[in-house]
Amino acid sequence: MEPLQIVSGTVAPLDKINVDTDQIIPKQFLKRVERTGFGKSLFYDWRYNDDGTENPEFELNKDHYRGANILLTRDNFGSGSSREHAPWALREYGFKVIIAPSFADIFYNNCFKNAILPITLHRSTVDELFLKVYSTKGYSLTVDLESQTIHADHGWEIHFDIDPFGKRNLLEGLDDIAHSLEHEDEIKRYEENMVLERKWALPN
Amino acid sequence: MAAKTLFNKIWESHVVLEEPDKPTLLYIDLHLVHEVTSPQAFEGVRLSGRGVRRPDLTFATKDHNVPTHDRSLPIDDPISKKQMDTLRENCNEYGITLFGLTTNSDLQGIVHVIGPELGLTKPGMTIVCGDSHTSTHGAFGALAIGIGTSEVEHVLATQCLRQNRPKVFEVKVKGKRTQGVTAKDIILSIIGHIGIAGATGTVIEYRGEAIEALSMEERMTICNMSIEAGARAGIIAPDEKTFKYIEGRRYAPKGKDFDDAVESWRGFKTDEGATFDKTVTLDASSMAPQVSWGTNPGMVTDVTGYVPDPDTFSDLNSQKAAKSALSYMGLTPNTAIREIKLDRVFIGSCTNSRIEDLTAAAKIVKGKKVAQDVRAMVVPGSQMVKSEAEKEGIDKIFKEAGFEWRESGCSMCLGMNPDILAPGDRCASTSNRNFEGRQGKGGRTHLVSPIMAAAAAIEGHFVDVRELDINKEI
Ligand code: SF4
Repeated sequence: MEPLQIVSGTVAPLDKINVDTDQIIPKQFLKRVERTGFGKSLFYDWRYNDDGTENPEFELNKDHYRGANILLTRDNFGSGSSREHAPWALREYGFKVIIAPSFADIFYNNCFKNAILPITLHRSTVDELFLKVYSTKGYSLTVDLESQTIHADHGWEIHFDIDPFGKRNLLEGLDDIAHSLEHEDEIKRYEENMVLERKWALPN
Repeated sequence: MAAKTLFNKIWESHVVLEEPDKPTLLYIDLHLVHEVTSPQAFEGVRLSGRGVRRPDLTFATKDHNVPTHDRSLPIDDPISKKQMDTLRENCNEYGITLFGLTTNSDLQGIVHVIGPELGLTKPGMTIVCGDSHTSTHGAFGALAIGIGTSEVEHVLATQCLRQNRPKVFEVKVKGKRTQGVTAKDIILSIIGHIGIAGATGTVIEYRGEAIEALSMEERMTICNMSIEAGARAGIIAPDEKTFKYIEGRRYAPKGKDFDDAVESWRGFKTDEGATFDKTVTLDASSMAPQVSWGTNPGMVTDVTGYVPDPDTFSDLNSQKAAKSALSYMGLTPNTAIREIKLDRVFIGSCTNSRIEDLTAAAKIVKGKKVAQDVRAMVVPGSQMVKSEAEKEGIDKIFKEAGFEWRESGCSMCLGMNPDILAPGDRCASTSNRNFEGRQGKGGRTHLVSPIMAAAAAIEGHFVDVRELDINKEI
């Protein structure tokens, strides 16, 4: 995974609550056996008209939000299906940071495994950011993961909280499987005990 | 010893390692795999040379993509076919048991239907699957968590999962439900009450008289939709019904092993005096059959109710969401739910496609005809459910009424196979998600119980099943 340390760029607004993963990437695009090729289908039903042309009304299709790498959205982003195709599509499209008042659990976890930083900010701060994004064309932010801060050119700055393990993995682009496998002895020991203590858990 | 919750007991017995500032390394007893969320994970363990640590604890099925029409025909969609072929090749390469369209095909079915059916799902276990409705298995007192593909890869390689300890949320349902109010109505009422993010970061333990009274299949319906309230998992303490359900199933312990197992399983319940992080109490006796009117499972109301007016919602974001939902659904505020006319009816999905669901729906349908202009289909959750239904003549009841009777799979729950809604089609569905486009672009989904769906198929619009004779002999 590519390390993620500092992200600077335009903020695109998605002013909806409860955006579910079926909207982020509809099911007809889940048939691929690769991790790539999903970016063009991100938000498919919102982004494209029935004839396949771009829907000019959709925020991401507006000129001043093209190339944005920070997504600003509302509560409970990423709810529903566990499909990791959702963060794959967001990342391939170009989003490295997602800011929202809250996220759904599985989606939140999936982000850390795909070089996306999900940032939870207070609802009122998110409201404030929406106002700024709407009133300033090309509004941009810089997110510094190491110091856990977000700042804007006009001096505005805010701190955010993040799970320390997820932070480390993003900063170093770490594969957490390698990390878990360092504990193979513990896993083995657990398995030896399990056969004695919970034989019933094994398939007969 | 301190009083513990059921969740805590399972969690603590599966800790492999705890380190400061890191999520717990948790041992996984059973890993279920399907064709959509696994190919990239298998590719990962292949490229890294890590392989699959415990193929004996890993079981796979094809369900999301499978065609539900005649299985002797070739699969039309080449990309679907590739995904299914890839699963078969991966299972062969790593020695994983597969329930597919040709291999063990009589045991194929939706992953969350076959786990319990085969006796793989048992109390006190940790179970994962790259699918959010893994919560279904919690009905047996197992900690069952839906995971993403990177985590699938992690479990394939290590048989462990890294998880931060969730909070425990007690949802207590007291009272007795009235006739016509099903497990589906209970869970929809719960979600309507706590909201679709009401249980985020928690594991729900469902308790109370109304939960204890449910059959195992009904408990699966409840736990299945825990994710629809944002929960990481839902669990129900095992009891005699649980043990009886498991006994004799294909992969369940046998003979003395079974008796020993039951002895251990009896301990998997919340101790008297244990505390929860959060508690909500609802009363089943005041619940009515539910119908969803919007584009998420929290947007539900009683069948006797009306489509709400978004302007009456207090919060601005919810107002906006409700307006956009009504526009997508093609509904006007204050329309009576019972006046909503339907084009399609779908009885199926891991929420409601088991034998009890099909039997209950068949009782409503028997001797009647599907309304003109309505296209209705039944998709059994597994081939075992299908053959049992056929043994009891349930298929004939549906077919005579004008329902299509299909092979098992996810089908129109998410429409990855050819079973989809056309734009604008309105469907009464026993599945779990009414998200925009879930059953087909522009398709409009109303979530209901199997008996509500069956009655709607006959009348062509929603009806209150409490007014019907729902206990006829088949
Ligand atoms: S039936 Fe629907 S919800 Fe269940 S596993 Fe299949 S697609 Fe997912």
